[in-house]
Amino acid sequence: MKRILMALATAFLLATSIALPSAAQLQVRVTDGNFTPTPLAIPDFQISGADAAMAKQISDVVRADLASTGLFEMQNPASFIQKDLSLDVQPRFADWKIIKTDGLVVGAYEELPDGKIAVSFRLWDVYAGEVMRINGQPGRRLTTTPDNWRRISHKIADSIYQRLTGEDPYFDTRIVYIAETGPKLARVKRLAIMDSDGANQQYLTPGRNTVLTPRFSPSAQEITYMSYEGGKPRVYLFNIETGRQELLGNFPGMTFAPRFSRDGQSVLMTQAERGNSDIYIMNLRTRESRRLTDHPAIDTSPSMSPDGNSIVFTSDRGGSPQLYIMNADGSPRTCPSGGRDSACRITFGKGSYSTPVWSPRGDLVAFTKQSGSRFYIGVIGTDGKGERLLTEAYLDEGPDWSPNGRVIVYFRESRPGAGPQLWSVDLSGRNEQRLQTQTDASDPAWSPLLQ
Amino acid sequence: MQKSLKLTAAAVVLISLGACASKPAPVVEDTTPVEVVDTTPAPTAPVVEEVVKPTGPLAGSLDDFRVNVGERVYYDLNNYRLDADDQEILKRQAAWLASYPSVRILVAGNCDERGTREYNLALGERRASVVKDYLVSLGVDPSRVDTISYGKERPIAAGSDEQSWALNRNGFTQIVSGSTS
Repeated sequence: MKRILMALATAFLLATSIALPSAAQLQVRVTDGNFTPTPLAIPDFQISGADAAMAKQISDVVRADLASTGLFEMQNPASFIQKDLSLDVQPRFADWKIIKTDGLVVGAYEELPDGKIAVSFRLWDVYAGEVMRINGQPGRRLTTTPDNWRRISHKIADSIYQRLTGEDPYFDTRIVYIAETGPKLARVKRLAIMDSDGANQQYLTPGRNTVLTPRFSPSAQEITYMSYEGGKPRVYLFNIETGRQELLGNFPGMTFAPRFSRDGQSVLMTQAERGNSDIYIMNLRTRESRRLTDHPAIDTSPSMSPDGNSIVFTSDRGGSPQLYIMNADGSPRTCPSGGRDSACRITFGKGSYSTPVWSPRGDLVAFTKQSGSRFYIGVIGTDGKGERLLTEAYLDEGPDWSPNGRVIVYFRESRPGAGPQLWSVDLSGRNEQRLQTQTDASDPAWSPLLQ
Repeated sequence: MQKSLKLTAAAVVLISLGACASKPAPVVEDTTPVEVVDTTPAPTAPVVEEVVKPTGPLAGSLDDFRVNVGERVYYDLNNYRLDADDQEILKRQAAWLASYPSVRILVAGNCDERGTREYNLALGERRASVVKDYLVSLGVDPSRVDTISYGKERPIAAGSDEQSWALNRNGFTQIVSGSTS
C-alpha cells in the first residue's frame, strides 16, 4: 500500500510541480527518467463454466487501459507463481512479493441466468497484505449486457486507476474526431466517434460536406461542430443517439470554432461578418445570442473556465495570434500586469499561440504554439505563468483534455506531407502515444465520463 | 487458246489428285529476286500550310474569365494585403464584371497549412472580404459578391513546401451564375 502510494505520489508530484513557475528546471525533471511505473499483476479473470474467451477479452482491456497511462507496468503472466487465485480467498502475498508486484487484481467473470454478464474484482496491496477498499467496499461487482463488455472493462480499469492514483477516472469515455480520406486536394472529412481506447469506430456523417472541429457537450450526448452543409460554413448541433443535425443560430456571417459552456446550456462560437471575427455566446434554450467581443482584430476559439466566469480565446489584436482571457460577461478585468482591460493577454513567448482549451481543473490552458517551422502542444497557467511545451512536431494542433485533466489528446502530422493522426500525451509530458484510427484523423475531442 | 486452257485445267486437277494420294510436295525456295515496286502515287499538289487563328474562350464565359482576367490573387504569409499585382487582377475582374452585369461571384479566402484550423478560417474570411471590398470600391455591386472562407481546407498545390504554401494563400473569385457558358 505504502509503496504503491509512494510511487504514484512521486509521479504526481512531478506532474504537479511542473505547473509551478520555474519552467526550465522542471522540463529537465520530466525527461530525467527518474519515474518508475508501478508493477501491477492482473491475471485473466476467473470463470466458472463461463466463456473463457470473454473473460480474457475483459481482462485484456483492463490491462491495456491501465498500461496506456504509463503509470503502471503490467507484470508478465508467465512469471505468476500462484495459479489458484480465488476472488474470495486472500492471495498468497509471498508469491506476489517474490515477483515484485505492488498491486494484484483478482477478478471473476460470470454469465447470469437472465443473459447478462457480471464481473467482480478485488484490488490487493501485496506489500501491506490487505485488500484496497474501493468506495468503502472490499471489491466491486458490475453487471451489463454481453455486447457492452468493453464498458464494464473500462469501468473496472477506472476504479483501479482512481483508487491507486487518487485522480478522477477517464477510460469509460469516447473521442469524437474528423476522419479524413482521399487525396490532399480533394479531402473527404467525416465526423467519427470511437471509445477512448480506439475501439468501436463509427462514422456519424457521410462525408458529402466538409465537417470540422467537433466538441462534446457535458452530457456526452451532443456534439457541436462546423459543417459546410449547403455551401455555407456554420455551426451545428449533432445528437449522437438520434443522428439528428440542427443548425445553431441565424447569423448572417460564417460561424465556426464552437465549444459548449461548462454547464452545457450555451455554445460559444465565432461569427465572421465583413471579414471580422468576433466571439458570441448562444443560449441553447432561448436561442438568443450575445456578442462578447467587439474588436477589429480576429477573435476566435473561445473556451470557458470550469467556473463559467472566464473565457480564454485567440486574438491577433497584438499583431500575431496570442491567447487572451476575458470575463464571461464582458466586464473589464484586472490583468496579471495590474491594469484593467476588456481582455488580458497571457502569452508572450516567441511565436504565435492559438486553439486554447481551459483545463477541467481550472488552473491551466492547453494550446497550440507555432514557432519557427515547428508546432507544439503546451500548457500555461491562467495567469500567464509556467508555460510548458509537452510535444513538438512538423504539425501538432488542436489539444483537448481528458475529463480528469491528466491527459491531452491532439493531432499530429509527423513530417511534411504525412496525413494527420491522433496522439495523446500525459500532462507531465511523458507517455506520448498514437491513438489508432482506421483513417487519417484530426480535430479530436474527449467526452466527459459516460453515465 | 481456249482449248489449251481447258487442258491445263485438267492437268492441274490430275496433279492435285496425285498430291492428295502421296506425301506432300516439298516447299521449294524461289530464289528469283523480288522486284520492289514503288506504289506511292506521285504528288499531285503541294501541301499548303494554313494559319489557324486561335478563337480563344468565348467572351463572357468561365474560361474567358479564367484565362483573360485571372481568378486568383495571392497573399504573403499571415497577411491579407493586396499588392500591385493583385490589384491589377482585381481591376480586370471589376471591368469584366461591369461588362457582364448578370454575373454573380463567390470569393473564397484560402490559407496555407502552416496555421491552426480555426485561426485560418478567420484569416480566410478576412482575405475574401478584402477582395470583395476592393471590387466594391471599383464599382461592383456588393450584392453580386458573396464570400466564403475555406481556411486551410482547400489547397490547390499538394506539396508541403514554400512554393505550394504561397499558391495556397489565395483569394479565389469563382463565377457562380450569369456567365455565357
